[in-house]
This record gives sequence, structure tokens and C-alpha cells, in this order.
Amino acid sequence: MTMFLRDTMTVFRREFTPSFREPAGLLFEMGQPLLFLFLFGALLDGAVGSSWQWFVPGILVMMCLTGPMASGYYLLVELIGGSMERMMVTPLNRTAMLVGRTMKAMAVLLAQAVLIIVLAVPLGFEPHLTGVAAGLALLMVFGVGLGALSFALAIKSAPDGTLFWTVTQVLLFPLLLLSGVLLPLDSGPGWLRVAGGLNPVAYIVEAERALFSGQAPGLPVLYGVLAAAATAALGLYLGNRAMRRGV
Amino acid sequence: MIHTRGLTRTFTLKKKQTVEAVRGIDLDVEAGQLVAFLGPNGAGKSTTLRMLTTLLPPTSGTATVAGRDVTRDPDGVRARIGYVGQKNSAGETFRVGDELVTQGRCYGLTTAEARRRAGEMLELLDLTPLAARKPGTLSGGQRRRLDIALGLIHRPGLLFLDEPSTGLDPKSRADIWTHILRLRETHGTTLFLTTHYLEEADSMAERVIIIDDGRIIADGTAEQLKNDLAGDRILLTAHTAQDAGRAAALLGGDADGLTVRLRAASAATALPEHLRTLEAAGVKIAAAETIRPTLDDVFLTLTGRSLSDDDVPA
Repeated sequence: MTMFLRDTMTVFRREFTPSFREPAGLLFEMGQPLLFLFLFGALLDGAVGSSWQWFVPGILVMMCLTGPMASGYYLLVELIGGSMERMMVTPLNRTAMLVGRTMKAMAVLLAQAVLIIVLAVPLGFEPHLTGVAAGLALLMVFGVGLGALSFALAIKSAPDGTLFWTVTQVLLFPLLLLSGVLLPLDSGPGWLRVAGGLNPVAYIVEAERALFSGQAPGLPVLYGVLAAAATAALGLYLGNRAMRRGV
Repeated sequence: MIHTRGLTRTFTLKKKQTVEAVRGIDLDVEAGQLVAFLGPNGAGKSTTLRMLTTLLPPTSGTATVAGRDVTRDPDGVRARIGYVGQKNSAGETFRVGDELVTQGRCYGLTTAEARRRAGEMLELLDLTPLAARKPGTLSGGQRRRLDIALGLIHRPGLLFLDEPSTGLDPKSRADIWTHILRLRETHGTTLFLTTHYLEEADSMAERVIIIDDGRIIADGTAEQLKNDLAGDRILLTAHTAQDAGRAAALLGGDADGLTVRLRAASAATALPEHLRTLEAAGVKIAAAETIRPTLDDVFLTLTGRSLSDDDVPA
């Protein structure tokens, strides 16, 4: 166990060092959510009125889709090059390779989520401390799942990587549009609401909104927690299996 | 250091076709040897190397590497060997020095010890000024030296190198070899490498193993292989085509215009005898030349194909 923790830290430190050395990269990576926050959020604010409370939790979930879901990209690059193979010939624990990388993606996600929240406050967003903390925790669980799934997909896609791009690009927009991040699904036609009901991201978004509102957690939060936990369990199972099978 | 018995690997392709990449290899490499593993593309070199380095589980057979079984104790093997793959080992987004420290930690060294060893490796392979650079900014030769540094950080007794000098200019190749040979001299490291530069295997390795179609077809020192399997060649040039034809008939060779080609186990002793025979028969010879065989001649004798021809169907 201590060896596992040591190996996990080795992987985490390796992955995190470039971000630590060049923190500006973290800002560039979150360009899209920032753009949505300022440009789309402001538009929404004018059209619907006082939408920040509703919009900011959605942006955080969107960051999960553009961040952790794309984190397999770096693994794919290392699989195509020789650096992953080099590490597979060391006694480094295979599960630690997955967990350390996922932890790095979570550290980045957490830093970016906190930054988004801080930037949203002057725009009119009112953070409730316990709600924000619980919301961020839920976000992390979902992020772990998406990150691990992304790693499993990257391993499956090597060596040419086409599968990785196809799947992530085909999934990104339906998941995003059918989650109610940008506009509420309630006003859509019936079939759209059904499609949204099949999208686990929609439940996470609803749960985040409930938590960020500062109200006592109800049924939407429970559904969100279940969706996030299921994603995390599936991701860790598939990711670990792919990593252990050898690359 | 390496002992395999009946090591086999088959791959299943789509449509249930199976390909036998490696067919029952028996191999014994003792500590301290420098072995070159030669063969055309698709012969099973890399597949064998991947099995010996635990990257690929064997379909059947056994392999003991550095005293540990590759299937039963892969981590034991991993801790005791170094591996320099065909591709570059350092991640593109990381600094050279950071990757070396990470590599040391992958082998369980403390951060302080890993830093110390990283410094040592940078020094050993003349990379110290490049520690803060990213691999993408390095030259081909520098990258290859970094790969070797990454493979050596835990001071393994056995180092595998998959085509260490491929794609490098002659100066960088010579440079890489200087480092490899120095390593052997100072630490007695056992070296097992694949190469497709025949002259490199010929001049550097003390033992050459030739693999073709998944089987070992020759194993010995380069000298032995050349003497036993290929033999020397003698080229005679006559003044007239008629003399060339008579010489070929007398000595059992082939005539081509003015040239006569002969084979001999030892050209140095055969040539004077041939010349006496020809003089006695009144055949005049203008020039005589002896040619030592190359490893390519060995491969040609064994398979009827040339090893330097990279378009051999896999």
C-alpha cells in the first residue's frame, strides 16, 4: 500500500510539474469555459435576468467535459511516443499510473473551478460556502469518472488515436447541449426532455444547481450523486483494466 | 542473464488468422556479454525483445531474465533491467532533468537519491547543459543519449537497446557507441541490442544472433558465422574472356566477362594454390583480389535473401 501511494505520488508529481512550472497554461486550457462565462453568461443575464446563480454551476460541469474528458489526449501522445512504454518497463504500479494521472486532472479542475467562482462573484454570483464545497466535491467525483474513461479510451485508441478523437468529438456536443448547461431543457419539446433524461450530465447539472443555490439537498442532488458515482465507478474499472492489460 | 526455452508468441488478427511472430526460441546469454540481435523487418526481433522486457506476455515457453521469470515475477525483472526502446523515451511536455528524476522514482529511489542519480546520468552522457530543456529542442543524437540515461538511472546489470543508433548521423552513431562501450567497460553491464546496421553488429558485438521468420538461424561470433556459413570470396581478372572461362572451369567458379568469382573457406591460403594451378595450365591472370564476407553474406547463404533489403515481405 505504501508502495502504491509512493507510485501514485510519483505519477502525480510528474504530471503536475509542467503546470507548476508554467501556470499560465492552466488559464489557456480553460479558455472555452471563461469565454462562455463572460460572453454567453452576460448575454443570458441580459435576456433572462439574474442568471449567474443558474449559469455558473453549469459552466463548472462544462469544464469537466472539456478538461477531464480530454485528459486522455496527453496519455495518447505518450502512448504514440515512447515515454509510456518506457514507464511500463519500470516496476511502477499500473493502477498508480491511472490514479496519479486522474489526480492531476482533478487538481487542475479544482483550481479552474475555484477561479471561475471567484471571477463570477463580481458579476453578481453569490456563493454559499457549504453549497459550493459540496458542489465542488460532486464535481470531483464526476471528473474522476470522466478522466478515467478518457484514459481507457486513449489506451483503446492507441496507436493511431482516431477512435479517441471520434468518440470525444461525437460525444462532447450532444452531452453538452442535452445537459441544460447553456439553456434550460424544460422549455424544449418532449422528445428533447426525454433525451436529456438519458444524459447523466443533465443530472449532475441539476444537482450542482441545487447545491449552489444553498438550499437543503433534495432528490435532484441524490440523482446527481448517483450519476457521478456510477460514472466514477465505471471509469475507474475500465481505466484500471486497460492500464493493467498492458499498453 | 537471459535464458529462454521454447519462447513463442502468436498474434491473432481479425478474421481469426493467427501469425506466429516468434516460434520457439531457446536462448542463453551469460553475464557481461554484448549480444547483437539481427534480422530483417518482421523477423520477430522486437516481439522477442518485448517479451524479454515484460511488455508482452509470451504465448508459450519460458523466459528467465536477470534471474526472474518474466511471467511469474514481471516486477522482479523490471527492477533489474534497463530498456531503451525504438522510440524516444522522454515525454514531450517534461524537462529533461525532471524526466530523469521521475524515472529514478519509478524504480523506487527517494527523491534526493533520484536527483543525485539524474545529475550523474546527465554528466555521464554529456547532457548536463540540457537539463532544463524539453526533449523537442534536442538533436537526434542528444535525444538518444537521454533515452540511454533514462534506461540506466537504476544501474541495471542488463540493458536492452532496440535499434539504439537507427536514424542517427554517422557522428552521433559513433558517439552513442562510445557511450555504450564505455558503460560495458566500467560497469560490466550485459548488453542485448537489436540493430539493422550490419557493420555495427560485425565490429561491436562479440556475439551475433540472427533471427528470421521467428526462429534463430545463426548464433556465434561474427568471425565464426562468416567463416562457417559464408566463407571468403576470391575475384580473379583475366586478360581474355577465354582465359576467364578456362580458369572458372579449372577452379570450379563462375566466369563473367573477364572476371572469375570463387568461394573459399580461407581466401588467404586458397589463392596461392589457385594461382599455381592456373600457371601450370597456362592460364594468365592479370589481377587477384580476396574479399572477406559480411554478415549479409551469412544471411544470404542461410536464407537466399539479403538482410540489407528492407522490402522483405513481413
